Amino acid sequence: MKYTFHRKQLAIPYAIFLILFVILPLLVIIFYAFTNDNGQVSFHNFIAFFQSGKTVGTLLYSIVIAVLTTLICLLIAYPTAFLLAKTGMRSGSALLLLFVLPMWINFTLRITALKEILTLIEGNLALHPFANTIICMVYDFLPFMIMPLYNTLTKLDDSYIEAAQDLGAKKSLVFWRVILPLSVPGIVSGVTMVFLPSMTNYVVLDMVYNSTYIMGSLIGSYFSAYDWHNGSVISIILLLIICVITFISNRYAEGEEDSHVNPLKKAEARKG
Amino acid sequence: MKTLKFFQGFWIWLVLLFLYAPILILAFYSFTSATMIGSIREFSLDNYVTLFTTPELVDMIIGTLLLAVGVALLSTILGTVGAIGSFYSSKKVRGAIELSNQIPVVNADVVTGFSVCILMIAIFHVRKDTYVPLVIGQTALCVPFVYLSVIPRLKKMDHQLYEAARDLGCTVGMAIWRVTIPQIVPGITSGFMTAITLSLDDYFIATYTKPATFNTISTYVVNATRGSQTSIKTALWALSAIIFLVVVLCVVGANVFGMRDKQKNETS
Repeated sequence: MKYTFHRKQLAIPYAIFLILFVILPLLVIIFYAFTNDNGQVSFHNFIAFFQSGKTVGTLLYSIVIAVLTTLICLLIAYPTAFLLAKTGMRSGSALLLLFVLPMWINFTLRITALKEILTLIEGNLALHPFANTIICMVYDFLPFMIMPLYNTLTKLDDSYIEAAQDLGAKKSLVFWRVILPLSVPGIVSGVTMVFLPSMTNYVVLDMVYNSTYIMGSLIGSYFSAYDWHNGSVISIILLLIICVITFISNRYAEGEEDSHVNPLKKAEARKG
Repeated sequence: MKTLKFFQGFWIWLVLLFLYAPILILAFYSFTSATMIGSIREFSLDNYVTLFTTPELVDMIIGTLLLAVGVALLSTILGTVGAIGSFYSSKKVRGAIELSNQIPVVNADVVTGFSVCILMIAIFHVRKDTYVPLVIGQTALCVPFVYLSVIPRLKKMDHQLYEAARDLGCTVGMAIWRVTIPQIVPGITSGFMTAITLSLDDYFIATYTKPATFNTISTYVVNATRGSQTSIKTALWALSAIIFLVVVLCVVGANVFGMRDKQKNETS
């Protein structure tokens, strides 16, 4: 029989790549997380993680940082995106470009810049490690919150707003009952883009001399100690959190339209 | 009404100020001999001279760029070919590919970097100074985005052209190369650009998989903040000014071209 080449065979190299370098690494960390140094199955690492006040504290601290960062980003980004998308501001889309442009600048350089400013204002960065961390995180992730919010708000059909107004709703009521519920997909996708990176991006903390650990820093320190087992445990816990976030965000995700939005938007959002 | 307009404009400017003031102030000070922001010193190009004459810095910049281009090329080829293949595969296969494709997209970079590092070092025993773990790690991060930017183009493309080419005697490979690829070029280019920016911006994968002697801009900057000479610190200000300028030119350029393209499509 003559060999014939099919288009679908082009998927083979990519499938192999995905199995080897995406699936297999996950299996490896699952293996390391549930075994001990002697190669025996063990849940000890997990139990130890949740029994130690130090590591549980780290988890809580990362969640606090992530929640605060996400909330502040949302509070700054929502009005901004709203003004750009809805108030008929001239050249709204050109202005949007200004707001998302920082995404393309290396984040370590941007944080360095902000750090110099904060040093000028505060004198000594080490005095306010927590506040500085939040400021830098917000600075880093704000564009990733503005972008999805803007996309959702521009797509929002104005006739809903007009209908509500015609039916006599006051401005505030229109906002709370019509605009805000309709912008939930944008809020959710913005939150998913900011929350996880702010739990893991420990470089920001390093750069502002915040010596408290977040989840990412734990992986970093286990990595430098060649402790694959505990590092894998942290990775698995983070993966579980990612699963929860993905599950929640899929419930609110926009239809087909949003699955092929500019990949840059998603790409850039995952810098954590 | 007028006060409302004023406050709206004020808010926009305030947020822009927050985003840009640090970068612009740093860029301004990169042209002085100041070693700290706020102190007033005379104009000087020393930082730029240091940036381009210190071998360590030059190596780091060239290394970062070469790595980004290499990773982006590899990702673009792998992702484009994979997207075409997956698009014509059975639903089951395509579903499996898209699901695994999604993993690096939603995963935290720390976890991606750490897991690739263990796989390469502890399981495959590949040495880091071969650059293989670094390139593989960053490629694993970038390919999914190439895939994601090519697939929509495949959905939109005219499938009868391919059939026509086949009927007229083209081989499968020839038809893909001459008919399919040209139609999805915009997706391929945007995938390539995404891969470049992801690689340039990556810190975590690089730090877990790079050879000890090699530095990317991100790892170098982070190390430099842990205490180093002032001349290096201020030379990095110059670097960030240059990068800012390049990004502005690229983004503005891309959008001007994009708009021109759109207009062309609309008139034709």
